[in-house]
Amino acid sequence: MFERPSHARALRLGRTLAAVAVLCALPFYLDAFWLRIGLFSMAAAVGAVGLGLLSGTAGQLSLGHAFFLAVGAYGYVWLAGEPGPGLPTPVAAVLAVLLAGAAGGLFSPVAGRVRGVYLGVATLALVFLGHHVLLTADSVTGGFNGRSVPPLELGGFSFSADSELTLLGVPFGAEERLWYLGLALFAVTWYTARGLLRGRPGRALVALRDSETAAAVMGVHVARYRASAFVVSSMYAGLAGVLLALAFRRLVPDYFGLVLSIDYLAMIVIGGLGSVAGATAGAVFVTALPLLMTRYADQLPLVAAPGTGDGTVGPTEAARYLYGAAIVLILLFAPDGLHGLARRLRARLRTRLRRTRAAPPPAGASAPPPSPASAVRAKEPTL
Amino acid sequence: MTTFLDTLFNGLALGAVYALVALGFVIIFKASGVMNFAHGSLLLLGGYLTAVLHDDLGFAAALAVSVLVTAAVAGAMDRFLLQAGGGADPHTAHVQTIVTIGVDIVILTDLSRRIGGDLLALGDPWGDDVSALGPVTVADSRIAAIVVSALVIAGVFALFRYTSWGLSLRAAAEDVEAASLMGVRLVRVRMLAWCLAGALAALAAVFLAAFPAPGLERTTGQIALKAFPAAILGGMASPPGALAGSLLIGLTEALVAGYQSELHVLGEGFGDVAPYAVMVLVLLVRPTGLFGGKAAVRV
Repeated sequence: MFERPSHARALRLGRTLAAVAVLCALPFYLDAFWLRIGLFSMAAAVGAVGLGLLSGTAGQLSLGHAFFLAVGAYGYVWLAGEPGPGLPTPVAAVLAVLLAGAAGGLFSPVAGRVRGVYLGVATLALVFLGHHVLLTADSVTGGFNGRSVPPLELGGFSFSADSELTLLGVPFGAEERLWYLGLALFAVTWYTARGLLRGRPGRALVALRDSETAAAVMGVHVARYRASAFVVSSMYAGLAGVLLALAFRRLVPDYFGLVLSIDYLAMIVIGGLGSVAGATAGAVFVTALPLLMTRYADQLPLVAAPGTGDGTVGPTEAARYLYGAAIVLILLFAPDGLHGLARRLRARLRTRLRRTRAAPPPAGASAPPPSPASAVRAKEPTL
Repeated sequence: MTTFLDTLFNGLALGAVYALVALGFVIIFKASGVMNFAHGSLLLLGGYLTAVLHDDLGFAAALAVSVLVTAAVAGAMDRFLLQAGGGADPHTAHVQTIVTIGVDIVILTDLSRRIGGDLLALGDPWGDDVSALGPVTVADSRIAAIVVSALVIAGVFALFRYTSWGLSLRAAAEDVEAASLMGVRLVRVRMLAWCLAGALAALAAVFLAAFPAPGLERTTGQIALKAFPAAILGGMASPPGALAGSLLIGLTEALVAGYQSELHVLGEGFGDVAPYAVMVLVLLVRPTGLFGGKAAVRV
């Protein structure tokens, strides 16, 4: 890959196109259950990328992600719905994302000054205060019972099952339509987040994380970058919130509790801090695991079907055990997460391939040493 | 006036219990630089063990067993999970903080599964008795909470001040390398700190579940999270600060809950989240808490 960059670029482009083609074709083959898993995973991935930017890249521990998700989700519902201004739904969605960003901006006097674990606990406060507001501000949030979500309509096309639509013999319900919306939003997230991380802002944030003083000396405006990391991360959370609202079709306050924040933290830790691909992998893992376990509970050993009485291990619990343990194990044994594991595996495979490809010398001679380039890559620390 | 005294007393009792939990946070933070997010589930574990064992062993023995077991679990968690991943290096403290979140998920899931929707009685000797203290009537369990907390906290401060472990802990918190060179066994000092914090959490569970609370439920552990603001207000690394922060949080919560009808603009049940509001306000003015010193940065 080193030696022929143009070839490598073509290869990467081809791989991306293939992935996009497969993802676009999936709704024609999968049933609604799998599409829902995919949809929730995509929403979670958007949010997790945002949190990864904040906690992984900028090193600001945040337990308040659920709050910003809630701002996005409820912002959309209120802006688009009745009671509320009843704006056109795409406008409401964009405004909801901006609203989440503004909420992050309002918190930035705290976020810009408070460090490390202090910030973690300060953001904890956001979740509890936010939950309280969701419960009490009846006219906006619908209180304890929540509100139903108006479906998104884009130029007369509704992302719901209201109108009949059949494409190539496949009936397109809400899941199929939302799948493409999720895919588009996820693509935007992926592209923008990678751009941010690889460009000047990403480097500045990494410098901040590693040493604030050194970064300040190099000309990074500490408070401004810390605050804007919070705003950008909140906007991704808001976008994820809108997508979640559309997928759920009904919002209740209890969903946006501390558990949700911890789920998102689990995603980025399991995926590997500081990488977009890692956050995505973690999001899919944490989101899909409980759903899959619920579906296949009767075929799994040690897991009881849901609702079979107290004291048994239900699928949700089994999933939580698994990912709680996954956090501990990954941090102890593979601190760079799934992303780092994949990278190391790839490096090792490549070394092995080269060894076999370099014509095996006659018996007696020792195997050629791995090429220096790949040895270096294998040890290269993850971002 | 009676209402005010009543509320004040409730606040004191609440603050005393928070102090037990917050002191645990602070001890752990001092010893290892880790914010222990598993503290809530340790507390729940202590309460659950007391609740399950008190029928067979009697309350006192059950409490003793649960305190010992919780201390052992906390110590083992530090020794085998956290210290295995890097020891006292300050950079790994962040990673270890997230490890405690993983541990919390596992313990909490298991205990919630066992407790389910039940309310467990802890079999404490105070029951629902009340006593008259001057003009106000107060629950015996609250008096016990204040008295026991005061005694235990005094004991912990004496441990810090007069024992060689306390000296080692303070030395290690001041300068890890120097302490290590002076022969402080960092691994053991740190593990004992975790044990002590676990024991305090198990004790606090008793008072959080006693009358007038209905009993131990699976959400009791969440109450421990309110000790976070208490510890943060005090400045996280200062035990006396944690004490002051706990009383402040306890009083705030009791006053807001007691005068809820006057404060109805804030919504029903604001008392439960008032500690967090206070914390955010304080952090805006003093980013390292009321008693936390400004850390000098050496480049």
